[in-house]
Amino acid sequence: MSTESRVTVAKTHKLYLNGAFPRSESGRSYPVRDTGGRLLAHAALASRKDVRDAVAAARGALPRWSGATAYNRGQVLYRVAEVLEGRREQAADEVVAAEGVSRREATAVVDATIDRWVWYAGWTDKVATVLGSVNPVAGPYECTSTPVPTGVVGVLAPQGSSLLGLTSVLAPVLAVGATAVVVASQERPLPAVVLGEVLATSDVPAGVANLLTGRTAELAPWLASHAEVAALDLVGAPGDTAVDLERAAADSVMRVLPRPTAEPDFTEPPGIGRLRAYCEITTVWHPVGT
Amino acid sequence: MLRSDEHSLSRFLHGLPGVDAVGLERRVAALQTRSIKGDAKLRGIDLAISMIDLTTLEGADTPGKVASLCAQARRPDPDQPDVPPVAAVCVYPDLAGRAVERLRGSSVAVAAVATAFPSGRSSREVKLADTRLAVEAGASEIDMVIDRGAFLAGDLTAVFDEIVAVKQACGRAHLKVILETGELGTYDDVRRASWLALLAGADVIKTSTGKISPASTLPVVHILLQAVRDWHRLTGEYRGVKAAGGIRSTKDALRYLVAVNEVAGPAWLTPALFRFGASSLLGDLLLQRRAKASGHYENRARVGA
Amino acid sequence: MTWTYAPAPESAALAGLRPSYRPFIGGEFVDGHGESLTTVNPATEEPLAEVGTASDADVDAAVTAARTAQEKVWGPMSGTERAKYLFRIARVVAERARELAVLETLDNGKPIRETRDVDVPTASAHLFHHAGWADKLEHAGLGPAPAPLGVVGAVVPWNFPLLMAAWKIAPALATGNTIVLKPAETTPLSALVLAEIAADAGLPPGVLNVLPGDGAVGAALVGHGGLDKVAFTGSTEVGIQIQRRLAGTGRALTLELGGKAANIVYSDAALDQAVEGVVDGIFFNQGHVCCAGSRLLVQEPIAEEFLERLRERIAGLRVGDPLDKNTDVGAINSRAQLERIVDLAAAGDAEGAQRWTSPCALPERGLFFPPTVFTEVEQTMRIAREEIFGPVLSVLTFRTPDEAVAKATNTPYGLSAGVWTEKGSKALWTAQRLRAGVVWANTFNRFDPTAPFGGTGESGFGREGGRTGLQAYVR
Repeated sequence: MSTESRVTVAKTHKLYLNGAFPRSESGRSYPVRDTGGRLLAHAALASRKDVRDAVAAARGALPRWSGATAYNRGQVLYRVAEVLEGRREQAADEVVAAEGVSRREATAVVDATIDRWVWYAGWTDKVATVLGSVNPVAGPYECTSTPVPTGVVGVLAPQGSSLLGLTSVLAPVLAVGATAVVVASQERPLPAVVLGEVLATSDVPAGVANLLTGRTAELAPWLASHAEVAALDLVGAPGDTAVDLERAAADSVMRVLPRPTAEPDFTEPPGIGRLRAYCEITTVWHPVGT
Repeated sequence: MLRSDEHSLSRFLHGLPGVDAVGLERRVAALQTRSIKGDAKLRGIDLAISMIDLTTLEGADTPGKVASLCAQARRPDPDQPDVPPVAAVCVYPDLAGRAVERLRGSSVAVAAVATAFPSGRSSREVKLADTRLAVEAGASEIDMVIDRGAFLAGDLTAVFDEIVAVKQACGRAHLKVILETGELGTYDDVRRASWLALLAGADVIKTSTGKISPASTLPVVHILLQAVRDWHRLTGEYRGVKAAGGIRSTKDALRYLVAVNEVAGPAWLTPALFRFGASSLLGDLLLQRRAKASGHYENRARVGA
Repeated sequence: MTWTYAPAPESAALAGLRPSYRPFIGGEFVDGHGESLTTVNPATEEPLAEVGTASDADVDAAVTAARTAQEKVWGPMSGTERAKYLFRIARVVAERARELAVLETLDNGKPIRETRDVDVPTASAHLFHHAGWADKLEHAGLGPAPAPLGVVGAVVPWNFPLLMAAWKIAPALATGNTIVLKPAETTPLSALVLAEIAADAGLPPGVLNVLPGDGAVGAALVGHGGLDKVAFTGSTEVGIQIQRRLAGTGRALTLELGGKAANIVYSDAALDQAVEGVVDGIFFNQGHVCCAGSRLLVQEPIAEEFLERLRERIAGLRVGDPLDKNTDVGAINSRAQLERIVDLAAAGDAEGAQRWTSPCALPERGLFFPPTVFTEVEQTMRIAREEIFGPVLSVLTFRTPDEAVAKATNTPYGLSAGVWTEKGSKALWTAQRLRAGVVWANTFNRFDPTAPFGGTGESGFGREGGRTGLQAYVR
């Protein structure tokens, strides 16, 4: 059997936006190369209008997703793990190509990614127990504090860890009931494209997670200055833009996760910092009497 | 405005706005911090004296006891002639005649408790006879008790009809309807009972018999005051409130007056529309009044009756 | 008949007012190198005291003192020992409550009834509650070994001077941080007495530093490179400036900013208590409250009757001498604030809202504004959108719960909200949909050290109080 007997069908990569796979409204794309410089494919080069559309989609999806039961959200996230498990090989291929790691290492990354979805799937109905409280106020009142999702979260995904890192910053947003607009790793966007396909074929409602590919530095300011974005994760922000992005975010008192000096090691257990970051604590008082 | 059939009466009373107990008690606590000093205190004391239904409701009451109560009612402090007389003397029906006799020529009214006071546990006939006995003896004010059992059992028509019947038996005498709020359980029920009594024709709604605890409390009086205020808003008529039982000190009385002033309104600051049912309050009011006037504290044993 | 309450003034002498006050740095009251300011009594506009202010060098000295204290003394100290200092301070605040209440009323203009019954006891309670956390942090759900951030710079506003100081100091110190506090320019006195109490309690030098001064001192403090965390309570405008200033520094930040809270009254509410709650919501502290219920949303079927009851009740509010124990509404804190209120109310007139003013008597001198209600207010008007921070209520109506929620959340703010209904399920339904850090259902303006307080959206981030509040002070 000859290996050259068939021409492969090359994929045309698109954005994952409001549950669909549109091209960038700009019609632009950009070449994606592997770590050795070989052309892998072209990815959609999202524009500011795609950011705008993605935020609108995320905003629109918010009432239903935040209003879903935590149990239901847990099942949806677990379904993401199931679907990804079924696409383990494809995901590993993309990680090998994107990150230049060995097949064995890439498989380990994919496995860790699946496990991370499972971890966050289990968090959905525990966040309130862990972060909420019953407050023993000095008076005849029932007083409880409950975490509620902050709203639309803008995420600049890690530039290095293109699948595990991406999952580690996206899944906590979804777990608490917030919705996300993610700018994927600029040089390594293809694993994000696979994840988009996984999300689309899971039970994640349209608009809950939106994945854009393109130039982080071009798209980030539109997220940081968008008044409907409640929080911004700068983990993947280009170093020279982070301060300006923080300043732009301040104008709407946006919650900001600052850019760390080095990309975190996403193979480490994630902790609950990101879950906490996307929750607003709402305290409700009610009198107790007859 | 309303037929006394069970259904519409019940629907009306249960359609009244609810009372949030915690909010009510907070408002009461806030008003209790009013600081009544100087002239305001002196005026408050005289006002409180003029609003007292000086009461004796004991099995051991005698004509002699009633006579001395009447003497005190006319001239609460013999050494201080500017002290106003109290509003009324309140006795059992069989002693009403004695009180009428002793108060003739004064502004002090005679009030009699009736309708099988304090429990209200007897037949309609006996209650009406009790009322007539008091009226015929010359009482110009009748303090009746509602049938709490019927009220709590939901038989609102029975309570309503009984008040109407007693009102009729009163003739020209004023009717004060005792709700015995300490037995009603919730503030919502106190509000419903207040409106029930007003609808049935009560001239005054009154908290308690003084025979059970808790008797009058400030939150409950707030509700009664809100009821007469809202009744006035609705009909233009003025109805009164009587706080009875457990009010012993000048400080207590002034707190009630603040409530009258700020919950119902200044229009209710008159003996025609607000009364204290009390046996020992007068003594403390007189003591405080003397202390205020003389600048030193009196010997309790020598003031009042 | 009318029964006029005679004046019942608390004695101003109880405040123990001194002619001058000085900054507190490194455990001592020192001469500040800034230009001294005169703090005035807003009820009379007469000067109360001269107050030394901090220069940039003083800010530097205070941050250095705090750093040294944190690294050498307070950070290494066991939680149990830290707790005892805080307990002591809490106790002395309670012991000197009457003095502090009178002082606060003189400096701020708020009624003595409030400083006596709310500000001072709540401040003491806050210190007492947090004292108990100091040696239990590993059990607070903040991770296995919560560590202090280091040095905290805190800037607090003039509306609750002592209470806001306590809200910053208590959690900062309980978690092992040290603090440099800047009280508001117009109300510096109670924080300086608190510093004296801390010093008398033996609190190690440098753990607490208090720097009076104007906004420039605040700016110098929050921008100081020696801080690990900034905690700010004040306007959204200044909060944004601070957030911008701290961009890229990695310093922790919490902001408690403005609000435009809706107080939603459904037709099935307990009306008498709802009237009280609406009155308390907007006229407490002359409306100088970030969480004030400044927008009344009342359901149409009861709107007319409710407003009639409300006006009648408001007309009974006693406006006047803040030291009089019978005063319900005191003085506006400053002339600048009074002018802002006057301007915004005029904007209400100009935009076509109907103004009703309480017929209450106002004192002849001093800074006062009568309780005011605007009806026929539309969502687009400035009085419905901007924080007035004064005794001015804007009334809007609604027809359905969905409409109530839509109107309530149509604001960039999200600090607090009120809901009034006797139907529990509706109260909770509404509470879940109001974008607010605190929802008071069938009550309003309740505060407790165990209950987190703070906002969403442009009302800021971070919480104060409770376990959640501690989070902002540990790593």
